[in-house]
Parts: sequence; structure tokens; C-alpha cells
Amino acid sequence: MDGKYDIAAIRREFPILDRKVNGFPLVYLDSAASSQKPRTVIETQREYLTHFHSNIHRGVHTLATQATEAFEGARETIKEHFNAAENAEIIFTAGATDGINLVAGTWGRANLTASSTVLITRLEHHSNIVPWQILASEIGFKIEIIEIFPEGSIDLEDYNAKLALAPSLVCFSHVSNTLGTINEAKLLTSLAHNAGAVVMVDGSQAAPHMNVDLQDINCDFYVASGHKMYGPTGIGFLYGKRALLDEMPPWRGGGEMISSVSFDVPTTFNVPPYKFEAGTPHISGAIALGAAIKWMESVGLDNIAAHELALTKYAHEKLLQIEGLRIYGTADNKAGVVSFLVDGTHPSDLGTLLDQLGVAVRTGHHCTEPLMDWYKIPGTVRASFGAYNTFEEIDALVAALERAIKMLK
Amino acid sequence: MGNMKLLEARQNEIIEEFSMFGDWMEKYEHIIEMGKDLNPLVDIDKTEDNLIRGCQSRVWLTAQKDDVGDVVFSADSDAIITKGLVALMVRVLSGAKPEDIANVDLHFLEDIGLNTHLSPTRSNGLASMVKQMKMYGLVFSAHS
Repeated sequence: MDGKYDIAAIRREFPILDRKVNGFPLVYLDSAASSQKPRTVIETQREYLTHFHSNIHRGVHTLATQATEAFEGARETIKEHFNAAENAEIIFTAGATDGINLVAGTWGRANLTASSTVLITRLEHHSNIVPWQILASEIGFKIEIIEIFPEGSIDLEDYNAKLALAPSLVCFSHVSNTLGTINEAKLLTSLAHNAGAVVMVDGSQAAPHMNVDLQDINCDFYVASGHKMYGPTGIGFLYGKRALLDEMPPWRGGGEMISSVSFDVPTTFNVPPYKFEAGTPHISGAIALGAAIKWMESVGLDNIAAHELALTKYAHEKLLQIEGLRIYGTADNKAGVVSFLVDGTHPSDLGTLLDQLGVAVRTGHHCTEPLMDWYKIPGTVRASFGAYNTFEEIDALVAALERAIKMLK
Repeated sequence: MGNMKLLEARQNEIIEEFSMFGDWMEKYEHIIEMGKDLNPLVDIDKTEDNLIRGCQSRVWLTAQKDDVGDVVFSADSDAIITKGLVALMVRVLSGAKPEDIANVDLHFLEDIGLNTHLSPTRSNGLASMVKQMKMYGLVFSAHS
């Protein structure tokens, strides 16, 4: 592989990788659920809480100023990294789920009617399904499903047919969390725009694995979670185009999101992004997320993507040598996720035995029940990769699997 | 009248049985064997009503009272390790008095080092199954 990719140095940044699980060295293959944290993220959070903590935006004292600068600096880091047009387009949320609920609760509530149609793909995570179902049950709009091919890529013919229904909104994930398919976000966005739809992209699985250029994709909304991109839990962001954010009504009410509050005249609201950031945010989380993004940049997202692609190819090759093993998600363009089943075994049994051997994988439906139902399977075993995973760990996975299968059969 | 000593003896028997195993593999191999040996439920009993939904694996449970007033459990699972654990639960609780089932302190899983499987966060349906078994005990003792 690429000699410039210093995997040993990268692994040294992640203290948790040194631990043992059930007496075996941890083989962490569950980064799609949540990635581990490099020292710089842990240190940044500790440093902030030790020396700089204060509430932001409202104070005149030194700590308030320093905390605000760090918090807004993280917003700037996100804006730069994802190439938004301005800082006001980056709204801090609790994570991708929170961001999608924000879009549903404000833009959706203000713009969707009983005669509207919303398109979502069959690949979506529950977080990009359920907020729309809840809103649809209230407003009465129709949800149409964009079909996929069995290997896991979007059926463009079906997509175009569904776009002919003149949807108000199109939602798709940039990368599928279960199958790993990388969707052509730019193409899908431009087709949807031509049909007059607003586009919302769930970038949870893309942000940790590739460079994402929001102005190039040209989508209207994009969400991501900090904890999947080497940052803390409880923090993420929503990107929205400024013109849309200006028009959108506020969501949660509270401090920070107002311009002026009165009992006598109508309360007026702040400008984006603050209009959507009611209450004290996860300040340390936001700042540490900034550190996580800088860490990814220091390694280089293109390098991480190349490393993970090599791992994925290697995993496919090795896993397919196991008798009776079927891989779900074999699209040409896929990120570091391998979902599989082994004939005659249940995914939860495999997961339990792999855990006994120190190998952490995810088993079950991965919050994509409609997708599992479509494949007519109860779930899969999913191995997913991060910047710190090694080829030896895939060998360890394969060895553990062989042992587990032998026990189960 | 209940006979809590019976359930205690059954638990101790399992603890004794598992004490012979040197490592986790032997332990799991034994559980897998028990899963394979447990008579599967016939399809007509695998109904929605009898299904205990776990996040990962599915567990079915039926219960009835026999001639002497004991509760007889039958259970099944689509995952073999879960089924082995289910078999252990059935071995302890089936053919016992309803009030004993309702009140028993199930300590054997902890004693054999498998208590993580009972944790509600484990989502294999086992914790829900134990709750359901105790519920049957409670309901049947109220009707006796």
C-alpha cells in the first residue's frame, strides 16, 4: 500500500486501540456506528474544560470571550473543510439525526402540504425516514421510495420516474451505512433541482471517509455527526443554504435564538445560524469536533479514503474465501463498510462469538429495517473501517469468523 | 405450596455443570449444544403473540399449566446461542410452581459468568423473556 500512510503513527493517536477485550487485543471494526477518538480530540476537550470553559456569546469577561472564539472558530473550521459559502450556513446540532429533525420541523413544516411529495431512497437510515413519516402523519404529504439495484446502487431510471412526480423534497444518504454505497450526490442533486425539488443529504457516513465539497454538490441541506468523524458524541452540524435558512421559521425556542423578547410586542428572532441554536450548545463538543476535522485534514481525507478502499477490497477478497459467505452491498463505488451473512448462522451468534475473540462488529438491521426487509434477511454482520484499521485486523476478523462458524455449525 | 428449593437446586446444578469448563469456548460450545438439543417449537406456536422481540434475535415462548398446577414452558429462538440460553431458562423454570417462578432470584447466569446476556442493553430478547416467564408465573398463581 501507499508508503506515505503511516498506520503505526495513526494508531498511536488512538489510546483506546491499546486495550484488550476478553483477553484479546481489540480489533475495532465498528467505526460506521462510531469512530474512536484521537488524542488531539481528547486533549482539546480536556484543555477547554480545564482552562477556558464559560458560557458563550453573552459574556464580557475573558473566559466568555475565549470560549466564544473557540466555539466560533470550530464553526469556521467546519465551513472551510466542507466548503460552505459562509459561517452562517453551519448550524451546530446534536448530530445528524437532530439536523434532519430540524429541517423537518422548520423547512418541512413551513413548505410541505397535503399535496406534496417527498422522495427518500430505500437505503436510508431510520433517521432519514422516521422524521418524514412523523411529519407526513401530521401534514398528509406522500412519501415515495427511490428504488435501488440489488448490489446497492440507486436505480437512476426509477429516480427519474419518481422525480417526474414533482417532489418538493428529495432526501438521500451520501454513503449508505449498511451497504457502503457512495451515491453520486452531485448528479442526484442536479437532477432533483431540475425537477424543482429541494435536496437534503445525510452525510453521516461520508464526512469521515472523503472530502466533501458542499458548494460543488450544491445540495440545499447536508447533515453530519461529530462522533462518526473522530469527534465527540452529542455534536454535529446542519448545513443549509443561506437563502433557505433566512426564510425558515425558528425551531426550538429559547435563549440565543432571539433578537428581542417582549410580553407586549411580538418577539423577534436572531439571524442564522443563531436562530436555530436555542439554549447553551455543546461547547466543548463543538470545539473538539473542530480538532477532529483538523486531525482528519492532517492525515488527508484522500489518504484516508484510499486506505479504507484498500482495506475494503482486501476484506471482500478474504471474506469471500469463507464458504457460504454472502456480501450485501457490492456497488462499484463504495466506502469502508462490508455487510455479510454466512449460510446456516445467525448474525447475532457470529457477533457474540467474535466479541469473545476481541473483534467488535455490528450485527442486526443497522437501523435500516426497510432495506433488510427488501433483501428478506433479518440483518447482517457489518465490519466497518476507519483511518486506524489495518490489514492484519481483517485477517484477525477472518480467523475469528472461521473459528465462530466452526463452533456454530 | 411452592418449593423454592427445587429452583435453587436446578440453578446449582447448572453452576456445577459450568464449573467444569476451562475457558469461554467450552462454555459457549456447551450453550450451542443445548441450543441444538432444545426441541424447536412447531411453526403454529411461532406466532406474533408468542414472539418476544429482541433487537438482534427473535425468541418465542409458550406456557401452560399441567395437571398438578406446574407451569410448563416451551421456547425457541432463531439464533443458536440465544436458544441455548433460552434452554437454560426453561430447564430452571419449567415444571415449577407459578408463585416460585414469579418470585425466584435467578442468580445462575451471573454465577457462570454469562450475566451480560441478561442485561437489557444486550437486546437478545433474553431479558424480556425472563420478564415474560415471571409474568406467566404471576398470572398463573393468581388463577390457582
